[in-house]
Amino acid sequence: MTHETLSTLTWLIPVLPLAAFFAILLLTRKYHALSHTLAIGAIGISLVLAQIIFWTVVPGGGAHLAEEPIRGTYDWMPTGSSALQIGVMVDPLTAIMLFMVPIACFLIIFYSVGYSNFDKQPDPHDHPGQPPHNGREPLYSRFFAFLSLFAAAMLTLVVADNLLLLFVGWEVMGLCSYLLIGFWYARNYDDPGQITPRQAAIKAFLTTRVGDVFMLIGIVALYSLTGTLSFREIFTPEMTQKLGVLPSVIVGIPAAQFIFFLLFAGTIGKSAQFPLHTWLPDAMEGPTPVSAMIHAAAMVSAGVYFVIRMFPLLAGSATPESPPTFAVMAFIGAFSALMASTIALAQNDVKKVLAYSTIAQLGYMIAALGIGAYVAAAFHLITHAFFKALLFLGSGSIIHGVEHGAHHTGEHLDPQDMLNMGGLRKKMPLTFWTFLVGGLSLAGFPLITAGFWSKDEILADALAHAPLVFWVLAISAFLTAFYTMRQISLTFLGKPRTESAAHAKESHWTMTAPLVILAVFALLAGFVGVKPDFPGLGPILRPGATGTAFESFVAPTIENVVRLEVPAFEVTPLVASIVVALGGLLVGWWVYARRPLAAGQPDPLTKLGGLHTFLKNKWYFDEVYDWAFVQPSIRLGVAVYKWIDRWLIDGLLHAIARGAWRLAEAFRAFDRVVINGGVDAFVNGIKAFGRWFREVQTGWVQQYLYVAVLGLLVLAAIYLALMS
Amino acid sequence: MVPITWYLLVGAALFCIGVFGVLARRNAIAILMGIELMLNAVNINLVAFWRYLAPTVATGQVFALFVLTVAAAEAAVGLALIIAIYRHRASVNVEQIDLLKW
Repeated sequence: MTHETLSTLTWLIPVLPLAAFFAILLLTRKYHALSHTLAIGAIGISLVLAQIIFWTVVPGGGAHLAEEPIRGTYDWMPTGSSALQIGVMVDPLTAIMLFMVPIACFLIIFYSVGYSNFDKQPDPHDHPGQPPHNGREPLYSRFFAFLSLFAAAMLTLVVADNLLLLFVGWEVMGLCSYLLIGFWYARNYDDPGQITPRQAAIKAFLTTRVGDVFMLIGIVALYSLTGTLSFREIFTPEMTQKLGVLPSVIVGIPAAQFIFFLLFAGTIGKSAQFPLHTWLPDAMEGPTPVSAMIHAAAMVSAGVYFVIRMFPLLAGSATPESPPTFAVMAFIGAFSALMASTIALAQNDVKKVLAYSTIAQLGYMIAALGIGAYVAAAFHLITHAFFKALLFLGSGSIIHGVEHGAHHTGEHLDPQDMLNMGGLRKKMPLTFWTFLVGGLSLAGFPLITAGFWSKDEILADALAHAPLVFWVLAISAFLTAFYTMRQISLTFLGKPRTESAAHAKESHWTMTAPLVILAVFALLAGFVGVKPDFPGLGPILRPGATGTAFESFVAPTIENVVRLEVPAFEVTPLVASIVVALGGLLVGWWVYARRPLAAGQPDPLTKLGGLHTFLKNKWYFDEVYDWAFVQPSIRLGVAVYKWIDRWLIDGLLHAIARGAWRLAEAFRAFDRVVINGGVDAFVNGIKAFGRWFREVQTGWVQQYLYVAVLGLLVLAAIYLALMS
Repeated sequence: MVPITWYLLVGAALFCIGVFGVLARRNAIAILMGIELMLNAVNINLVAFWRYLAPTVATGQVFALFVLTVAAAEAAVGLALIIAIYRHRASVNVEQIDLLKW
């Protein structure tokens, strides 16, 4: 296939879901079946196109593709002598994203058909903006429109060849997350302390905005220094060297690192890293497919993708011997991983556990990038997307099953609380097995799961470059395995703890089919990351090669500026990752599965006392932020409102208004007395004179004649007097 | 032969009586009669001037005949008007015919 054809196909990938979005919202809103057909069809074609592109470029190898990426660039906005460009580019990094993102998006949108109860009739008791009770989602079409826009934004971001277009996709995604987290905007809870979907939406939007502002500043700074936003032009050896030595506004830090940090701030927000992670768990208020979309396919992955994309920026400050590192990033990633893992231990909401595990896994990737493990981060990004999408869709299926039970029994309970579940294994076998696959992959169960291979690679890199990060990540991995086992045990094992759980039902096939497909990926996607020198498997999968299949394809993306070094196989990290994964699972099994929790029995972790409370309250981040930022903002707002707005601005305006009023009054008086009075007097005078003078006209013809004769006589007299 | 002045004095007197009649009488018919007097005063002048100043040409006599004819026509129209007003208002008093004002 020619280069031009491929470039055109790349353009079509984001455009189709975007078209579906507009079509659904503008035309087919009333026709539910047509709407979801459009959404699924558009993302389906995008999926096919993406696969065509992927399988076309893979045989050519990463090095060739990195050298000659598929490109299609046009001038967009003229800016004086140059122009801002709009364009697509497929290099190895984009290619692997194009493999993952459309699959995940397609399955999520497909799953939404079942999730929104397409098989049921709309229930007239359901209100738009509230979750349906037992009927079809009232805003069915809108949901698919938003999901399509979300997918379109993510795909735009992935194929973008410059920072500007990437930023457009980035921000549209922010909008979509707002719209979809707050999809059930009318939902309220009895407990006023519980965050509602619309509050969560605002929180997510504002929190990510904090990062986005820095990111935009970074983009502008980069543009002002380099005069271009195109990745191809920025990531050249000359440019990165130049940026690496240019001083920035902060003494001692080169411009490259400063800009990278600003851009990274955008990722901190988008990928929910400490300290901007608080929006992500609350984003669970959205419908579950949205959670999957945000956590796996799009939003948070976009943050990591962006950092991976911008990683070569650090090249200028690196020596040829070692890959560039960024200590702040390593710290934030590792800290986020550890913190989120501990918080996940004490959460009872099935989706919140997964939300914190997302923060932790993204922390892994960020930490990996911070120590220069570029390939490992990209690899974990892909495998994580698959198993996290699987876990979220699985949790949606669980919640659906429990809700079905609750509807059946008439019980009022939180269908997301794991303590209300138990014993779902027999009720929902497909969900159980696929969720188990996802959970084991998340925990890094050795050899057969994708998560093991990617996590192992990160740990190996960490041990080679930064032992401290290694230990933090290892502890985090242990905790991850533990809470994964806890989640699986509480949800699926033992006996049902509520009537609703006992009456749960396996979900519709439109929901389970995506689970099965994702489970396959969650198992197999890891095998592209097997090292050739891995005992046993390596020689079979990669005979005679250097580096993993994934590495040899992706690493050339940035090899023109950065020399990456992936450590060879070593036993220590392998043993470590096997030990922490199996150890965590085993401890989890021992605590939760050996003697499953009975109804009403407290969580064994509550024996930890204060620590448990601390973790359950998420390290009190929300409270601290509330105290440190939200309340001062509100107070500042009130003060500004009271003094600046009410007193100063309003006072000034009122004074001006009163002055103008007075002036107008004076003018009015002048107008009334002088102008009106003068004109009136003149007119009245004329009128009075007329009234008086008309008496002359009596109507008696004789009188007129009389006057005429008199006049004649007078004239005659004058004439005679003048003549004589 | 009496001098022309006498004729002229008679004509002027007659004219003045006519003017007085027109201005002072309230009866429309009397006013009409006043007008007739003024016309005839003019006729006397015309005839007198013809006789004394240009007896060879008949201009003055012809003029007087025209005046008589016009006076007859005027009397006819005037009387018709008066009758019409009388039918309308049962009066020929000109003081009551005062609608043509303001």
